[in-house]
Amino acid sequence: MLKTPVYMDNHATTRVDSRVLDAMLPYFTEKFGNAASRNHSFGWEAEEAVDRGRNQIASLIGAKSKEIIFTSGATESDNLAIKGVVEFYKEKGNHIITCVTEHKAVLDSCRALERAGKATVTYLPVDKYGMVDPDAVRNAITDKTVLITIMWANNEIGTIHPIAEIGRIAKEKGVIFHCDAVQAIGKVPVDLEKAGVDLASITAHKIYGPKGIGAIYVRSKGPRVRLTPTMDGGGHERGMRSGTLNVPGIVGLGAACELAGKEMPVESERLLQLRTKLQAGIFERLDEVYVNGHPTERLPGNLNVSFAYVEGESLLMGINDIAVSSGSACTSATLEPSYVIRALGINEELAHSSIRFGLGRFNTEEEVDYVTDRVSKEVKRLRDMSPLYEMAKEGIDLKSVNWKQ
Amino acid sequence: MAYSEKVIEHYNNPRNVGSFAKDEANVGTGVVGAPECGDVMKLQLKISDAGVIEDARFKTFGCGSAIASSSYVTELVKGKHIDEAMTIKNTVIVKELNLPPVKIHCSVLAEDAIKAAITDWRKKKGEPVAAPDKAREA
Ligand SMILES: Cc1ncc(COP(=O)(O)O)c(C=O)c1O
Ligand code: FES
Repeated sequence: MLKTPVYMDNHATTRVDSRVLDAMLPYFTEKFGNAASRNHSFGWEAEEAVDRGRNQIASLIGAKSKEIIFTSGATESDNLAIKGVVEFYKEKGNHIITCVTEHKAVLDSCRALERAGKATVTYLPVDKYGMVDPDAVRNAITDKTVLITIMWANNEIGTIHPIAEIGRIAKEKGVIFHCDAVQAIGKVPVDLEKAGVDLASITAHKIYGPKGIGAIYVRSKGPRVRLTPTMDGGGHERGMRSGTLNVPGIVGLGAACELAGKEMPVESERLLQLRTKLQAGIFERLDEVYVNGHPTERLPGNLNVSFAYVEGESLLMGINDIAVSSGSACTSATLEPSYVIRALGINEELAHSSIRFGLGRFNTEEEVDYVTDRVSKEVKRLRDMSPLYEMAKEGIDLKSVNWKQ
Repeated sequence: MAYSEKVIEHYNNPRNVGSFAKDEANVGTGVVGAPECGDVMKLQLKISDAGVIEDARFKTFGCGSAIASSSYVTELVKGKHIDEAMTIKNTVIVKELNLPPVKIHCSVLAEDAIKAAITDWRKKKGEPVAAPDKAREA
């Protein structure tokens, strides 16, 4: 039997896998030691667990274990990478290259540096699929450029950027390359060494691990990347991030990485099939549905579509036993539609009509069928209520109407 | 966000959804909002020669609160004289539907739609148009 509500918002967060939880539990109770306690078994036990976690993460992403620095999550990792590099290399330059569809943790870190007069930032546009052009990255590099920060895969539209190409350009020009790899790690193969990434942000809660634990990869050789810490204190994590290590969290992140690595070949194939089924089902039942993001270069679990003439929040309300998210202005605190969808250059109205389906490990085919059915019926009902749909059916070009507020 | 029961009730069972023929002499049509802003409301009123609103229809592209506001308004105006309908304030809608502050503009849209529809009807009748002209042909 299908259980509701159905969770299909796995880009926002994921359920902790019970195998991950089982690995973590002893580290809250019997094995509660501080990994920095050097002279008793409690500390050693904790340190051992942390080392294991570091190895598990490193081997999933093509890194060495000493290149993994633990943080509280990707927001912190993004902040540390961007602010830490700009501060450390300030003698060298002050220019950052990023793109308009990055996560707020990246964009707002850049803006904070701009406001403080510590950096100038180039925000590269994306194409209609949400992809940055590596040549545009190359052309934006100046002798003042100290950092390129481009995400591996976008959290709204799932588009996967040409990271290896950008990595090559960064190496060639001697610019440090940070990548927010939150949505890609554990979902698609990620090899930071091969891709020429120098810094990468990771978080556990997107890969069936706990919230509040993440990591930053910091390349140790070719080049050795340096950072000015943002957190002062006991000098943990090679001085880059002070603070007592969250041992159970690290155990969880490590276990989540190991599982993700093992299951990726089968899981990504399964998610792709579910996504294909969901998309085909929706397109079969409805006209004027548009996919946002790249047709092929995208995360297997991501489907982002705009249902023309239907406002996203009203649709969410109609399918309230299904957890998905919308780029509609009405759902956002700022009453602005999603900047990611708008960056695609599509008709503004379609940004208000966008819905993100995020399929994950625990979604079933039965759920996909249910969601397809519920969404299609609700879109039809709302279209019958939509003045825009009526006008479009009457052959009125909505762009020719003189809308006044 | 949690919706009020009344918003949910109107959303699930919207009253008077639909359209009248726009060119009918006794029908006033108001279309307010803009698709880029994520909300468009079309309200149509059937008005007697004496100026009494006999029937109403709406179609709305917008959030659940916008749909509920327009649905409620169709009930609210029926039977009222247009002079009275012109004085309906959005605060009445906010109160009835328990709208939170971020959804107040949805109720403003509904108030504007009433005015626009009546203005359109007056224009058709060749009456002087007093209120700010928000009506337009789609
Ligand atoms: C691309 C991306 N970067 C950063 C974050 C922030 O991660 P965290 O929740 O671990 O701070 C998220 C998730 O919200 C994300 O999707
Ligand atoms: S129409 Fe956008 S919040 Fe109501």
